Amino acid sequence: MTRPLELTTDVLVIGGGPAATWAALKAAQAGADVVLADKGYCGTSGAAASAGTGIWYVEPDPEAREKAMASREALGGYLADRRWMVRVLDQTYAGVNELATAGRYPFPIVDGRPLRRGVQGPEYMRRMRILVRRAGVRILDHSPVTELLVAADGSVAGAAGHRLQTDEPYRVRAAAVVLATGGCAFLSGTLGCHVNTGDGHLMAAELGAELSGMEFSNAYAIAPEFTTLTKTAYYSFATFYREDGSVLEGAGSTRGRSVIARALLREKVYCVLDRADAETQAKMRLGQPNFFLTFDRLGIDPFTQRFPITLLLEGTVRGTGGIRVVSEDCATSVPGLYVAGDAATRELICGGFTGGGSHNAAWAIASGAWAGQGAARYAASLGPAANRRPATGAGGAGLRPTGAPDRNLGHRDVVAAVQAEVLPYDKNYLRHGDRLTPALEALHGVWREVRAGLHGTGADAVRTRQAAAMTAHARWMYTAALARTESRGMHKREDYPDQDPAWRHRLLVGGLDEPWTRPDEVAPVGPEEFAALGSPGLAGTSGAYLRAAS
Amino acid sequence: MIEIVSRERCIACDRCVEVCPRNVFDRGADGVPVIARQADCQTCFMCEAYCPADALFVAPLAHPARPDSPLRDEDRLAAAGLLGSYRREIGWGRGRTPGARFAVGPELPATPPPIVTTVTTRTEIGEGIGDTISEEVTR
Ligand SMILES: Cc1cc2nc3c(=O)[nH]c(=O)nc-3n(C[C@H](O)[C@H](O)[C@H](O)COP(=O)(O)OP(=O)(O)OC[C@H]3O[C@@H](n4cnc5c(N)ncnc54)[C@H](O)[C@@H]3O)c2cc1C
Ligand code: SF4
Ligand code: SF4
Repeated sequence: MTRPLELTTDVLVIGGGPAATWAALKAAQAGADVVLADKGYCGTSGAAASAGTGIWYVEPDPEAREKAMASREALGGYLADRRWMVRVLDQTYAGVNELATAGRYPFPIVDGRPLRRGVQGPEYMRRMRILVRRAGVRILDHSPVTELLVAADGSVAGAAGHRLQTDEPYRVRAAAVVLATGGCAFLSGTLGCHVNTGDGHLMAAELGAELSGMEFSNAYAIAPEFTTLTKTAYYSFATFYREDGSVLEGAGSTRGRSVIARALLREKVYCVLDRADAETQAKMRLGQPNFFLTFDRLGIDPFTQRFPITLLLEGTVRGTGGIRVVSEDCATSVPGLYVAGDAATRELICGGFTGGGSHNAAWAIASGAWAGQGAARYAASLGPAANRRPATGAGGAGLRPTGAPDRNLGHRDVVAAVQAEVLPYDKNYLRHGDRLTPALEALHGVWREVRAGLHGTGADAVRTRQAAAMTAHARWMYTAALARTESRGMHKREDYPDQDPAWRHRLLVGGLDEPWTRPDEVAPVGPEEFAALGSPGLAGTSGAYLRAAS
Repeated sequence: MIEIVSRERCIACDRCVEVCPRNVFDRGADGVPVIARQADCQTCFMCEAYCPADALFVAPLAHPARPDSPLRDEDRLAAAGLLGSYRREIGWGRGRTPGARFAVGPELPATPPPIVTTVTTRTEIGEGIGDTISEEVTR
């Protein structure tokens, strides 16, 4: 076996998207030595790089902030926490302004003032890479992490992975680790999300971290059939049609997506963006040029010609579930392990409804910044002895099977088996206990096989680990979905169509071989609780405020 | 998916090898990168955005284009102005202004779509590249 490349650092950031780059930047600014390891290329990899995102950027004007906070609370089933919203709005505002000044991001100027409510992915991530490099961060591209390293006391001590372009294993010893690996879209083919296979969730759970909000994981986005271009916002200009040319009533991009899902189970669905006038059309091109790549290259005029559409699963990328955050600096329950972006639960700011459409991007900036700073502080507190701790690989499923490696079980089969349970609209989107239960049973079966026999080495281990992570992700998703016997946020149960007040709490899920659920003892802080606190901000409340507040 | 690396245009800078987030390309023996793992391509268009020579073409499909597809016909795509079109749109490249500077999208309509009951006829996909690939999209 080749001797692995071995690096040591204060803070290791895993991922290369917005959350990871903000974490790396802030950790380096706080004085830490930082290594960033990305599965792809930091600057093009992840959900944001190829997309372009609206950002929850709101001027610090009390009225505008109040409106921003109130706008999505009901939609999210009142599971969000206003104290976190306040912090995220502040941190996002500062971060975006830093991107504009230090990062020289070319925001549009409207009426003489910069408009900072959104970014184009390629430009944004190119600039973030430059900022990170300038801050002295060592970047390892094409270097997926396959497992975390753990010290004898259970704290995290670094990570190991495989460098794809040189085909060599590597290890990074670190005092603290930030997981910013994004959400999981189950290789559904949605734009830019093939790297988002939930690896970080599995790695964190292997060290004992819990997850939260995993029932809110069924985001589906509209795309022209057989393409990856999932840009749902512009479909608010669409009319949807059946094969026979009649209008599919009730179909829409926001509330009517389940109508589309239902129709797609039976027949093809078409659409035309016929509600956009000439001026709107021109603006759409400026706003999101890549939306039009599909149409221009296929010779379709989407404003006058019908084209078939599909819905692609975006799972926890535009869902809100993820690794549970236990303190203001985005620490997890594992000492030394911090979490940011889509890998972390976003319930804190958007409750049970997708954080897409601006909250996710804001969360990536804010949680990234806090996780980076938190990790830097933690590393400083351990001092140089940190990297002399004995550390062992913590990876199980897909890497170290409990039985003899099963040669007949390939990672592709595992992925196909998981996709068969999570992609279909009638299982994941149009949820019902009668369909969720057998789906979860099947997934448990897949896990047992994976655990016992799935095995890969070298670059292949990256794939077997991804398959294992997707399996674990799907089981947490459905375990939580079955436990929550109501409809709230994006989790809609046909057998429990109403919101149940007794369920106004978050749901934790965890475990590998035996998934469990438990209500979160921390109560969400909605508008009323927030008003009762009598404080608009968080000044001076520090870490204690995550404890029960109701 | 990535379909074309133009031998004529490529200046062998290896930028695409470096930036593709899915590690789809290998360095070529003669300098021109090879599409080594097309099945891993996620149709994200990022390589095109970074190619300084407009030598790449990513077909907007989530599966490989058919061998005889116009989406693999370099001359035709070049004539239609589709090589390098993404880079042009986002304003990357010497002497261009970043598209981000102009990226002000429309206000989204607040009202749900009206209930229309007119029946429209099935789209005839128009002139040019589209007519031959409509079948490819709907297969
Ligand atoms: C089409 C689309 C449109 C969107 N629009 C919006 C919007 O308008 N507003 C909004 O708020 N949000 C939007 N989102 C969501 C937004 O893109 C994400 O919330 C955001 O990208 C999250 O950032 P992140 O850094 O956590 O994850 P990502 O950007 O997904 O980055 C994850 C990174 O982790 C790396 N990685 C994964 N596994 C490993 C591993 N094992 N080892 C090393 N590295 C690894 C990946 O390579 C990648 O670089 C959209 C998403 C999509 C798909
Ligand atoms: S489209 Fe994306 S994944 Fe495909 S080759 Fe280009 S950069 Fe790589
Ligand atoms: S980026 Fe373009 S010019 Fe450079 S090697 Fe790739 S194809 Fe050739």
